[in-house]
Amino acid sequence: MAEATHPEVHRHPAPTGFIRKYIFSLDHKVIGIQYILLALSAVVVGMIMSVLMRVNLSWPGTHLKIMETLFPQGAPGGVMTPEFYLSLVTMHGTIMVFFVLTTAPQGGFGNYFLPIQIGADDMAFPVLNMMSFWVTFVGFLVLLLAIFAEGNATVGGWISKLGESFAGGSGTVGPIGGWTGYPPLSALGKIAGPGQGAGVNLWIISIAIFCVGSLLGALNFITTLLNMRTRGMSLMRMPLTCWAWFTTAILALLSFPVLLGGGILLLLDRIAGTSFFIPGGLYVSGSTVPLHNGGSPLLWQHLFWFFGHPEVYIAILPGMGATSHILSTFARKPVFGYRAMVFAIFAIGGLGFFVWGHHMFISGMSPYSAVAFSILTLSIGVPSAIKTFNWLGTLWGAKIRFTTPMLFAIGFVSLFVAGGITGLVLGQTSLDFFFHDTYFVTAHFHLVMGVASIFGMFAATYFWFPKMFGRMMNESLGKFHFWITFLGVYAIFVPFHAMGLLGMPRRYASFGEYEFLKNSHSLVLFVTIAAIITVAVQVVFYFNFFWSMFKGKVAGDNPWEATTLEWTIPSPPPHDNFAGVVPVVYHGAYEFSVPGAPNDFIMQTEPEGVALGAELGGASGNGGNGHKA
Amino acid sequence: MAVTVTRPEQIVDVGLGGGPRPRDGNGFHKNGGSHDGDGGDGLNFSPARYRIGVWVAIGSILMLFVALTSAYIVRSASSNDWKPIAMPKLLWLSTALILVSSITIEVSRRSLKRNNNGAYSRWLINTVVLGAGFVVSQLFAWRQLVRQGVYMASNPYSSFFYLFTAAHGLHLLGGIFALTYLLLRTTKKRATIDGELRRIGAADAATIYWHFMDGLWVGLFALLIFWR
Ligand code: HEM
Ligand SMILES: [Cu+2]
Repeated sequence: MAEATHPEVHRHPAPTGFIRKYIFSLDHKVIGIQYILLALSAVVVGMIMSVLMRVNLSWPGTHLKIMETLFPQGAPGGVMTPEFYLSLVTMHGTIMVFFVLTTAPQGGFGNYFLPIQIGADDMAFPVLNMMSFWVTFVGFLVLLLAIFAEGNATVGGWISKLGESFAGGSGTVGPIGGWTGYPPLSALGKIAGPGQGAGVNLWIISIAIFCVGSLLGALNFITTLLNMRTRGMSLMRMPLTCWAWFTTAILALLSFPVLLGGGILLLLDRIAGTSFFIPGGLYVSGSTVPLHNGGSPLLWQHLFWFFGHPEVYIAILPGMGATSHILSTFARKPVFGYRAMVFAIFAIGGLGFFVWGHHMFISGMSPYSAVAFSILTLSIGVPSAIKTFNWLGTLWGAKIRFTTPMLFAIGFVSLFVAGGITGLVLGQTSLDFFFHDTYFVTAHFHLVMGVASIFGMFAATYFWFPKMFGRMMNESLGKFHFWITFLGVYAIFVPFHAMGLLGMPRRYASFGEYEFLKNSHSLVLFVTIAAIITVAVQVVFYFNFFWSMFKGKVAGDNPWEATTLEWTIPSPPPHDNFAGVVPVVYHGAYEFSVPGAPNDFIMQTEPEGVALGAELGGASGNGGNGHKA
Repeated sequence: MAVTVTRPEQIVDVGLGGGPRPRDGNGFHKNGGSHDGDGGDGLNFSPARYRIGVWVAIGSILMLFVALTSAYIVRSASSNDWKPIAMPKLLWLSTALILVSSITIEVSRRSLKRNNNGAYSRWLINTVVLGAGFVVSQLFAWRQLVRQGVYMASNPYSSFFYLFTAAHGLHLLGGIFALTYLLLRTTKKRATIDGELRRIGAADAATIYWHFMDGLWVGLFALLIFWR
């Protein structure tokens, strides 16, 4: 079955030097790990920011020496200003959405495992793949620069040399317009107040760079999946992970250009004097805005959310794919309703392009469009329910192996449901009028997009770590990490719903001044303590991750007794994945507990007929077939 | 549910100068074949890769321009400061140049398929010259406008005018870059089937991209003329 190698098949030989091997590598596996490391770094920054925000909300006036040192203007005497809080909100959101949830799930795990799972030796365009990572990395550096350009007068001074609109050092940590950057304030430049100068320019540039990087990645994913599947790997035999990465790539391909276009218009308004988004006669910070006329701030909202809603699926779909995959593996059962799952992924992705208006219900849109957006939004509940139902169906009556990845996958389902339910509430215009811009919204999106995706990534990390590094992560530490994190995120975000019901507005630096919120202080305090514990316990994860790389138990080729192609090859895989051999696929991705089979799982590469017979030695012709028992 | 991409012409249309193609791996799910062995073939290069890649790239570039042109249409209706400018006559010259360049690049691609390498590079050079001519002509049109005192910030119509021409021009420069690469790297016949497939695939992809740039310009130009 295994074909001999074809001469000249390998597009790039194994590199030898350190730089070609680990830095400017063309190997999709190295690039995948680079993306994962980028996300692991970015999420630390994002988490620290979230704790700082919570500290400010619970104990206003807290003095922190380190803040005074780093940001003498933003935190005079080590105490946070309200503008500083708003810029933390913005940067926390931006870093989390773009540099965590859009990098690790797709660029990280997708890059590493999509080619292997379809039996390819690399991505279709390795050079583009390398560029896509490094472009993204530069985008991250520019975003970090935005923090210091505003927050530190010295760095601000350097940036100011770039021109008038790059005046920085205003004493915030970057822009203060929220991750949505709504004009007109975001389009005006420094006259709009602190944090609206260089920081916003750099923020826009960073996101534009990020868009380009993601587009290069999406191009690669789509082409690879269509063009490089191995013998026998028909579409309907692909693991659901591949379907999810594929759909995600399509969403990215169609939505990032729109954000890029919007970003260009916004930047031109700021530095070239145009009026795409700036209406005439604005009165801001005590003076009238000169020279601008006729622009439409709502236009930005349309462009932004046309991208923004698909973006939340870009974040979550890979997690859905990983969850389906992992649930099936540890339930030792085929995925319940494979075809329906594929359909649901596409339905969610497709519908996702027609619902952006639900972020704009209070923008004064026509009630007719609001109804249309509302109905379309609620209809996404159908494929989402199909997925949930099928996940539960996969678990139903199974002899579940409760490993750490399995726990996180089940946690994903729980969070997706908990956060999705409130989506049905917010999708109705009448209710959204009340909840818009309160903590209810913050609760909804943190659960369904934020932590659900993060749980998907945790599940993926614990699951694939043995393949990537050849060693197992520690199970006890993993379970400890799971339980505290699981309880912790509910303890943080369930009270957010209550705050929203009380009418607590989002993006406010303090609530002390409001009579109607006086009684909620204990709630605020509770959340902060939960957040600190939850963030602290992530240290266990980081320790486990790096410690296991060197000291973990050696994993073997197929420690989880899984069926897909990555488990037919050594851990970690060789440079070109299959050592020059073309794997041939005979089975679907989830053949667990097939009646009459000698083991409770059949590898995809196991030749037909043989699987039901007795002797199996080396049947997959490649790297062992993973039968351990 | 089979996501079947039925593009027989794309699969067959490899034109190796009659040479055989190795195996059947083109990565497309073959028609009606939802059974065994209908995946791609991971280790064989297939020129479909470049073609798929370029179509996917076109999809995303198209979305960028859909976003910008939607903004154009919304903005044109959102206030009364919209003042169309007199279209520089030079743009007609640009349009003619780019239309002709589509023909020359097509001739070049066909020459390659007929194994006529001399004609292939000659017509590629012609195309690059025409493309460069287009860019220069656009720059002169900008200069004319600046002389008349029409700037980016003058009014929303002129903002969009500069934006569209610049965005299109940058993408066209990418095309010129690709053609130059073809000229430097692919004018000689390759010894192996694999190398030959690559050469043809790259030329095909560049041609498709070039036609798209042509069509995109015509579309933008028409929008600027008719939706004022
Ligand atoms: C330890 C976990 C986290 C905590 C404690 C936390 C806390 C917060 C807080 C306090 C805010 C600001 C609320 C406001 O003042 O309006 C916020 C906003 C936000 N967070 Fe988180 N967060 C966490 C994780 C995440 C994750 C994983 C994501 C990934 C999507 C995320 C995305 C966002 C976004 C998009 C915003 C909105 C920013 C804006 O309003 O522009 N957060 N978060
Ligand atoms: Cu949405």
